Amino acid sequence: MRLIDRTPKVDRRSFLASTGAAALVVTSTSVLCPTESWGVEAQNLKPETVRTLIRMSRDIYPHDRLADRFYAVAVKGMDGKATEGAPLKATLEDGVAKLDEAAKAAHGVPYADVGWEHQRVALLRAIEGDPFFQTVRGDLVVSLYNQKELWPIFGYQGESASQGGYIKRGFNDIDWL
Amino acid sequence: MPAPYKTDDDSVVVVIGSGAGGGTVGSELALNGVDTVILEAGKRYSIEDFVNDEWESFGQLAWLDERSTSGNWRVHKDFAGLPAWIVKSVGGSTIHWAGASLRFQDHEWKAKTTYGDVAGANLLDWPIDGKEMEPWYTKAEDRMGTTRTHGIEGLPGNNNFKVMKAGADKLGYKECSTGRMSINSAPRDGRGSCQQIGFCFQGCKSGAKWSTLYAEIPKGEKTGKLEVRPECHVTRIEHDDKGKVTGVVYFDKDGKEQRQKARAVCVAGNSIESPRLLLNSASGMFKDGLANSSGQVGRNYMRHTTGSVYGIFEKPVHMFRGTTMAGIIQDEAHNNPKRGFVGGYEFETLSIGLPFMAAFLDPGGWGRDFSAAMDGYSNMAGMWIVGEDMPQANNRITLNADKKDKYGMPTPNVHFDDHPNDNAMRNHAYRQGAALYEAVGATRTFPTPPYPSTHNLGTNRMSADAKDGVVNQHGQTHDIKNLFVSDGSQFTTGAAENPTLTIVALALRQAAYIRDQMAKGEI
Repeated sequence: MRLIDRTPKVDRRSFLASTGAAALVVTSTSVLCPTESWGVEAQNLKPETVRTLIRMSRDIYPHDRLADRFYAVAVKGMDGKATEGAPLKATLEDGVAKLDEAAKAAHGVPYADVGWEHQRVALLRAIEGDPFFQTVRGDLVVSLYNQKELWPIFGYQGESASQGGYIKRGFNDIDWL
Repeated sequence: MPAPYKTDDDSVVVVIGSGAGGGTVGSELALNGVDTVILEAGKRYSIEDFVNDEWESFGQLAWLDERSTSGNWRVHKDFAGLPAWIVKSVGGSTIHWAGASLRFQDHEWKAKTTYGDVAGANLLDWPIDGKEMEPWYTKAEDRMGTTRTHGIEGLPGNNNFKVMKAGADKLGYKECSTGRMSINSAPRDGRGSCQQIGFCFQGCKSGAKWSTLYAEIPKGEKTGKLEVRPECHVTRIEHDDKGKVTGVVYFDKDGKEQRQKARAVCVAGNSIESPRLLLNSASGMFKDGLANSSGQVGRNYMRHTTGSVYGIFEKPVHMFRGTTMAGIIQDEAHNNPKRGFVGGYEFETLSIGLPFMAAFLDPGGWGRDFSAAMDGYSNMAGMWIVGEDMPQANNRITLNADKKDKYGMPTPNVHFDDHPNDNAMRNHAYRQGAALYEAVGATRTFPTPPYPSTHNLGTNRMSADAKDGVVNQHGQTHDIKNLFVSDGSQFTTGAAENPTLTIVALALRQAAYIRDQMAKGEI
């Protein structure tokens, strides 16, 4: 999948997803984030599915310091692997459809529009043993946390050999003990 | 004859595997003038190829051939297809190891005598002891450049160690230091000193950490008596009608079947592949697998009682800076049954990067409970528990008759049930570890479950009596005198210490024995 690096134009047929850290816009082909100036073009999954997976990803690993684009990058990877005929595509589409059904039954709106995180988490707890949930979580635990761009936000410095290791860069600099 | 050797040269000793056991025994045999061929299933990398990136390195180095698991151990639930985190490359798991080089305590050679009958445990005394091993340990430490031996200075402590040390002092622990590590604290043996890079598990980019890849094998090759063939996966060991092994069948890097003749064979594929190979080599004469008259091949699989404790503090630690295993506490390593279990355990600092922390801190965990912990990553300190686990007859490697690898050979299943002694020890260590970090102000601690096994032991165990085990006191199989086991699978019991030093010491001792037996015409 590719991240579209531009501020998208929101047309009248688009609808604003009303919850989330940043409002996401779903078009016929993409999920767009006007405030963060990015968009994800859905290649294999329905754009609504991509949007829901982004919401679900944040609910699985909620980091308030992380913008939606990090979750979008992770979901974009899943979308890229969910090619026509791949079992993953059915797992994700069917899983999201069922999650939406459960959300509508409980709250009258699709999953992505359920207002409170704890309400959405309760919906996820009910399915956490299912292949759909485990597939998303299992992918996400790598595809989210292995993004080098987010490591500095967590204070992780990554590769060090080319910089001479930490022998002169604070390997023993702790000062509060 | 100098290397390279012909496949029909039946004067060579064939070593299967090139890690701590195989790489050492093969190199030492060559240094002793014995014509040797090491067959290694993995590729040959150089230090320049290693990458400071956890997942990329994992893809490069880890043994990812298909394996299955069963049993009540947590690894089966969390990592069903990955029972062990070991390396498939020349150098084996000495690429990945953290460097801790600890001798067994004297009583650990005599676990059965010391601990007595432990229900459900298949304990046995080693046929050797600390006195017998002392000179070999000394030689191994010299070869490996182990700190705090032979006048070699200890490594400096990093941030993660300093937190550990402060907590150890608060708890009254007396045996806390930066340990005995086979990582150069100063240049030695043609290798540089530790640069505190922090990616010990991904292959040491400075070469300060001992590995057979660059510290042993090149010395063996220099003699002209050692040939290492990478990407050669051995599938069977063959024998003649007298029951002596005659050579091995392997698939080369092009997938072509080859047959290397041999005067003797040393098996060193780690404790899953080694018994698997013996079992897969079953024949009309040896219906239950080679060297398996005792029925012990594959049994008594041990993996150390492990787990980790991580703590989050108010202020930054940056534990990932510097050596991964930067310090050790040995106060709990002694046998003190008053704690509610036999044997003991070590605490050793351990740091993993953010990507692996996500995978290992609480496998399967999610939600704010989990993500808040990840948010505390830079303020985290961590340590690993390494304790003696009980050998059990049914903790074992078996063959999956219905699942074959790409060479058509049955894949291995690893069955492991925790013994009550293992659980009691782990819970004790979790409590002590949490108390240690809380003593220095941790706001939250985590009893992290075991990672896939890095210490795989015991599946071809050493015994005085041929009916109790697979190999004798020299790692020579009881049943076939020109067949040896040279890796950690020959461990009778696991002790509380990281196994590499003992594997190397046993390999050096075995190489001397093989040379001696060859000189006497016995093999």
